[in-house]
Amino acid sequence: MSFKTVERKPLSLAERTYVPQIMSGLKTTFKKMVKPKETLEYPEARPPIPPGYRGVPTLVMDPNGREKCVSCQLCEFVCPPKAIRIKPGEIPDDADTAHVEKAPQEFEIDMLRCIYCGLCQEVCPEEAIFLQNEFSLSGYTREEMVNDKTKLYELGGTLPDDHLKWDKKKAAEKSGNGAH
Amino acid sequence: MIELYISLPVWVQASIKGLIAIGLIIPIAGACSLAERKVSAWIQGRPGPNRARAWGLGYIPILGPILQRLGIFHLMADGAKFVFKEDVVPGHVNKFYYYLAPLVALVPSLCTIVVVPFGAYFDSATETIKPLILADVDIGILAVFAIGSLSVYSLILAGWASNSKYPFLGGIRASAQLISYELSMTLSVIPVFLWINAPGAEATLSLVAVVESQSQPGFWGGMWFIFLMPLCAFVFLVSLFAETNRQPFDMPESEADLVGGFHTEYGEFKWSIFFVAEYAHMTIGSAVFVLLFLGGWNPLPWVPLETLIAGLPMWLGGLMGAGIFLAKTFFFIFFFMWVRWTLPRFRYDQVMKLGWQKLLPLAIANVIFYALAIAVIELS
Repeated sequence: MSFKTVERKPLSLAERTYVPQIMSGLKTTFKKMVKPKETLEYPEARPPIPPGYRGVPTLVMDPNGREKCVSCQLCEFVCPPKAIRIKPGEIPDDADTAHVEKAPQEFEIDMLRCIYCGLCQEVCPEEAIFLQNEFSLSGYTREEMVNDKTKLYELGGTLPDDHLKWDKKKAAEKSGNGAH
Repeated sequence: MIELYISLPVWVQASIKGLIAIGLIIPIAGACSLAERKVSAWIQGRPGPNRARAWGLGYIPILGPILQRLGIFHLMADGAKFVFKEDVVPGHVNKFYYYLAPLVALVPSLCTIVVVPFGAYFDSATETIKPLILADVDIGILAVFAIGSLSVYSLILAGWASNSKYPFLGGIRASAQLISYELSMTLSVIPVFLWINAPGAEATLSLVAVVESQSQPGFWGGMWFIFLMPLCAFVFLVSLFAETNRQPFDMPESEADLVGGFHTEYGEFKWSIFFVAEYAHMTIGSAVFVLLFLGGWNPLPWVPLETLIAGLPMWLGGLMGAGIFLAKTFFFIFFFMWVRWTLPRFRYDQVMKLGWQKLLPLAIANVIFYALAIAVIELS
């Protein structure tokens, strides 16, 4: 191995007084001071949410306003902390979407138990449950922290749907597979 | 109003003036604590305290949000908190000296304003500039040094009375540091007073005289002493940092190695008195620096205040004079905070080495140089 001796220059008088260094330091701090601030002032300004963010789990409707959940209870079974409780119900025969047959009568997610793992979203065959962007959920009582069905749909809103599976099924039922 | 004031006995007049000065300096010290937080925040890329909003004042349409952004309500909340906090006294302290220390800190800091002018007005009766000062005594700067340096006792007392190890170390450091830097500080102002006092004539140490000699006509007369004696100004400024225990010389406090230094065992109102005293000390120090080296209330070098306010009414001229002087002082207070976030704290041995081996010889050499130079100028 070859070594190269780096020449160390002795400090000049100006350097030994520290004054030029202090001046340049003051310049740096002054620049920092007049620069726009880094702080995100939270309640007024919200951070950008990256795609794929796992916020509060919510139930969504399809673009036609039909509730997508068919209360198959897969999410309830897969949920590791057992935060989800579903009471399945039936869709009455005279309803427009009677061929879907089932819808949840009650759907509760206990946000004190939820660990935001996203398994419910992953397992849902109907793409009805999504972990969306809402991240700050708070309440004064334990009861308040349990999201019921109304609250879940309120939080979820409507998401676009490319398949409209049940509409296609209904169309197929009426006019055979030739409809598509 | 003025007749009533003049008809009062002298001691009442003096008390009123003194109370006004104290009423001025304590809010300034309070505002400094807010400025400290704000400047620290800005330098660190934060907006600083801006959340608190008081009922009433905070909801005035445009003013309220501005005050809120400036953090004024945090200052008010802090002040109220200190007053109403529970007064806790640790069991192991020496009660008498423990209570005495904050007072010893505050009293000298407030006493020094007596001889420090904080503005000037144009007296149309005598056609001269008159200083706004509580007592224009001839010992001026000597009184500032003599009284101001008493505050070292507060740090020693606090450190000793706390009867605990960190405050004790803080007190020891404080005493060593303050005493060492006082020498350089005193030596650094000697050339200024050698310069303004003509040989044989009646001599003065008054701070007013220093400003007057910086506002004479002509190239040399109107020159601020920072241009004439940059080294004096430098030594004085460095010693001022050490005397006011500001970074990079905040050995007595150095929260990294001494928890809180001399005030570790202090809380609530007593602590806030130390705090106010520190800022009052800083304000007075900055004011003295401005008077000695930056032309006091003169707006610009070679432009005396007289040219600016001669035609104006007395109160307006007085306000302008005080405004110019306070603006310069506030710039220096800002400079203290600016330096705080620029330089790291010195090690204790570095502080001592700098004080005794660098600054003191420099100050002595400086005195000798200027004494010879002034002698040569005066003799020729």
